[in-house]
Amino acid sequence: MKIRLQINGNTRELETTPTRTLLDVLRDAGYYGVKRGCEEGTCGSCVVLMDGEPHMACLIFAPAAVGKAITTIEDPDGDRPHAILRALADAGAVQCGYCIPGMALSAKALLDATPDPNEEEIRGAMEGHLCRCTGYVKQVEAIKRAAELMREEASHE
Amino acid sequence: MKTFTAPERLDEALTLLGEASPPTVLAGGTDLWPQWTATKTKPTHVLSLHRLEELRGITRAGDILRLGACVTHSELTRSPLVQAACPALAAAAATVGATQIQNRGTLGGNLANGSPAADLPPPLFTANAEVELHSRRGARRVPITRLYRGYRDLERERDELLVAVHIPALPSGALERFWKVGTRRAQAISKVVGACRLALDEKGTISHAALAFGSVGPVTMALDELASWLVGKEPTPEVGEKAAQLASDAVQPMDDIRSTADYRRHVVGRIVKAWIVELATLNR
Repeated sequence: MKIRLQINGNTRELETTPTRTLLDVLRDAGYYGVKRGCEEGTCGSCVVLMDGEPHMACLIFAPAAVGKAITTIEDPDGDRPHAILRALADAGAVQCGYCIPGMALSAKALLDATPDPNEEEIRGAMEGHLCRCTGYVKQVEAIKRAAELMREEASHE
Repeated sequence: MKTFTAPERLDEALTLLGEASPPTVLAGGTDLWPQWTATKTKPTHVLSLHRLEELRGITRAGDILRLGACVTHSELTRSPLVQAACPALAAAAATVGATQIQNRGTLGGNLANGSPAADLPPPLFTANAEVELHSRRGARRVPITRLYRGYRDLERERDELLVAVHIPALPSGALERFWKVGTRRAQAISKVVGACRLALDEKGTISHAALAFGSVGPVTMALDELASWLVGKEPTPEVGEKAAQLASDAVQPMDDIRSTADYRRHVVGRIVKAWIVELATLNR
């Protein structure tokens, strides 16, 4: 079967079977930033945004994503890396990096809705992500810094 | 799996469920996918509910809140109507999995999956909610306290679909609380989960009591005998301590991978005591 998905602002017509998850279909289409982890909704590696909200792509039949605006880490948002990615790099929050695409997208959903979050809100938004390299401290710092960067960028527009 | 069907009309879904071998009903998939992954099996035919508008929405008519079965945990958490009419349910939904699961998982799925550790049944038990089941044969309401006949055995015929939940709103002045104990704050399946709805009369004695716990037996348990015992008493520390003992004795927990029976009995008692102590503060 063919399904038509809205991915990062583009319409893509993709071949799939009903058995496949959104994770499977996105990776087959070359969106390798969507990582395959636990495949049971625990680790957050496969998180994508659907209509701006973070979802585990391993728990979704691909046809159920039709009509939703899907955002992956490949979304070219402007001519330089997104403030969240710059902040994660600057804070040294990335070691192996496997968890980062999902974390960055959950952070984007948080910061788009809550431009000045407190630490509890940041940790709440990161709940569904496991990182086995770090202790999460630098990711939390990075998201605080990203919030500042995004507010500065918004005030210059 | 061979077929994935996502009808837009309820009658289409009910027709499919009325067939000789009905499809597997899929709401958010947050419970079903891990089960399929763990068992390396998938159903041959899935009926996905995600396009059924009749299963969405949160509305209030008078003192009754109506929740569509496909309302997500995030929607329950954020809804001012739910926060006012059943605050323990809003609190429970905020503890399911993590944000990313709450955006996907649904009220109806949490109930129909039938896990004795599910987080949403206890506040629905104490609110005396009813579930609305539909089939081609018609519609009926079942009190949530009668929904679970045994371990993962629901009072739902295989051609029936859980369409909505109806909740009597919390009366003003009453206290409703939710408490969950898990291994960590996120992505934890409950060791003990409970809710209460309690009220005092003008003399400061308990005029209404309802308490329910999950993960302490084969099904969610309403502590009706304890509730009857509490009515007419003052919420003193002594009553709280006796209530804790009665609650610990009433539940039927077991040792499993998440916790032990002894720990669960102890925690149930401490939670009940804390609620009674808090109730007493309403009086001042």
